[in-house]
Amino acid sequence: MIEIRNLTKTYGEGSAAVHALSGVDLDVTPGEVLMLMGPSGSGKTTLLSIMGCILRATSGSVRIGGQETAGLKESELSRVRLENFGFIFQGFNLFPALTVQENVEVMLHLKSVRGSAARQRSQALLEQVGLADKRKRYPSELSGGQKQRVAIARALAGEPPIILADEPTAALDSHSGTAVMELVVNLARQRNRAVVVVTHDPRVLHYADRIVRMQDGRIVEGPEEVAA
Amino acid sequence: MVALAWKNLFHDRVRLVVTLVGIVFALVLILVQFGLFLGFMETSSNIVGYSRADIWIAAPKIPHVNAASVLDESKRFVALSVPGVATVDRYALAFNPWKLPSGAQELVQVVGYNLSTGLGGPWNITQGSVDELRAEDTVMIDELYADKLGVKKLGDTAEIANKRVKVVGFTRGIRSFTTAPYAFTSFKNAQNYTHIEEDQTFYFLVKAAPGVAVAELKKALQERMRGVDIYTTEEMRRKTQNYWVFETGAGITTLIGSVLGLIVGIVVVAQTIYSATVDHIREFGTLKAMGASNKDIYAVILTQAAISAAMGYAIAVVIAKFVAQGSESGSAPILLPDSVAAGTFLLALAMCASASILSIRKATQIDPAMVFRG
Repeated sequence: MIEIRNLTKTYGEGSAAVHALSGVDLDVTPGEVLMLMGPSGSGKTTLLSIMGCILRATSGSVRIGGQETAGLKESELSRVRLENFGFIFQGFNLFPALTVQENVEVMLHLKSVRGSAARQRSQALLEQVGLADKRKRYPSELSGGQKQRVAIARALAGEPPIILADEPTAALDSHSGTAVMELVVNLARQRNRAVVVVTHDPRVLHYADRIVRMQDGRIVEGPEEVAA
Repeated sequence: MVALAWKNLFHDRVRLVVTLVGIVFALVLILVQFGLFLGFMETSSNIVGYSRADIWIAAPKIPHVNAASVLDESKRFVALSVPGVATVDRYALAFNPWKLPSGAQELVQVVGYNLSTGLGGPWNITQGSVDELRAEDTVMIDELYADKLGVKKLGDTAEIANKRVKVVGFTRGIRSFTTAPYAFTSFKNAQNYTHIEEDQTFYFLVKAAPGVAVAELKKALQERMRGVDIYTTEEMRRKTQNYWVFETGAGITTLIGSVLGLIVGIVVVAQTIYSATVDHIREFGTLKAMGASNKDIYAVILTQAAISAAMGYAIAVVIAKFVAQGSESGSAPILLPDSVAAGTFLLALAMCASASILSIRKATQIDPAMVFRG
């Protein structure tokens, strides 16, 4: 599903160069939940960004569903993102001017699903994340946990094979964080989606199938299987 | 994406109001400045434009219509002998002192015309009639200048060149570009006030016979007449406008004012649209991360710009029309013909679209990783 080989990412040049990633190799298989851990600045988010085709690597190979993405044009990368990924952000990144339902429908509109089909699909997703009664509310009227559940519904709306989540529980309290993580993992597993989560939160590690630890732009321990 | 653009605009009402204030201010500035310029052009040459004459015959080398020299009447008969000429009227246009009943003095431009053909006569008559000008020492003035000339009502009297005159009519909106208002009278009366000889005039106004091409007639007159300059009405109008616009400081000032209005307007709109985009930059970053193409993002930004332009334009035109209406009773008219209003709408769209280019650059150069920052 995702094959990363000898990946490097360098910001700046010469003596000012910062090596955010150095020689990273990683595979993500369908249906697995993989957690990326490590201290701040270790390269987790950079790796997630490159994996999600929203940042270009300096060198190395990133194959998504068998397709090499390294040399693709910006418009082709947009298409790869649209077809393969659902994103969940630490800061939710909902559209404040749109209602809960419209936020979910944006993803469907990008995939050319419109009208009643989009409405039915978004309502079904909002029911699954427990927000059917909030569909006409605006993000500003929701709690942090509710906002993140809208983001989960939006990430799943396009039926992507891979969900990428960047510290999805960081802005949430303990109870909401656990509930959100459980929701992501359960919905992804129901649909056999791969999930890659960048996290610092030890409370959610037990949801992982594998944990990868990073430091100074490298994977410092081999992918760690977590007992079910 | 159009729905997102629409909702982005209307969700934050304060932001929308700020955006619209910027656009409305810019468009009103452009409309009023350009309207002033048009009013300036119109006022400077209205006496020519409304003359209904086809051709003006003048003394050589006059700089503009208000600076006439005398001509000999014998040339009238030469003109009349040219095939295609229907009528040739003598026409007076000269500055004269106007003495108010209070004893104060103003300057007027006496316009003496042929009452029978009406060429070069008054228009927009609101009180009195042209027939009353047939009486000796009668004039018609514009109601805009009644106070200035010490006239309160029909029948009031004053003096032109020490001759007592009676006001027998009022017009509306015949402004004078100079500080001297027009006083319309018969050519016969004008001869007395301007002290020209019985066989002299300032201009000849020619009417072409039906079906005769004015340009051809002008050429025929030029071939036959010596010691005069011959202009079509359009040429005389343009000559007069060019003089006042390009050879006097006032005209250049108005022209520069309207160009500055345009530049300031574009800058204000560009800044307004740009800052509205920057406010939503994180949302555009999210859209990109979700897989939206640059085309999708252009669509959102351009739709927002077009909606803002249309709303701003609608408000600006109403305000500018009010301002223009208010100027009708002043000496500096603001003209807003429909063609200018329509042109300004296209300009507003173009301004907003070009301002969006800066915004589009900003939105498409977003560091995509920004969406992962909390």
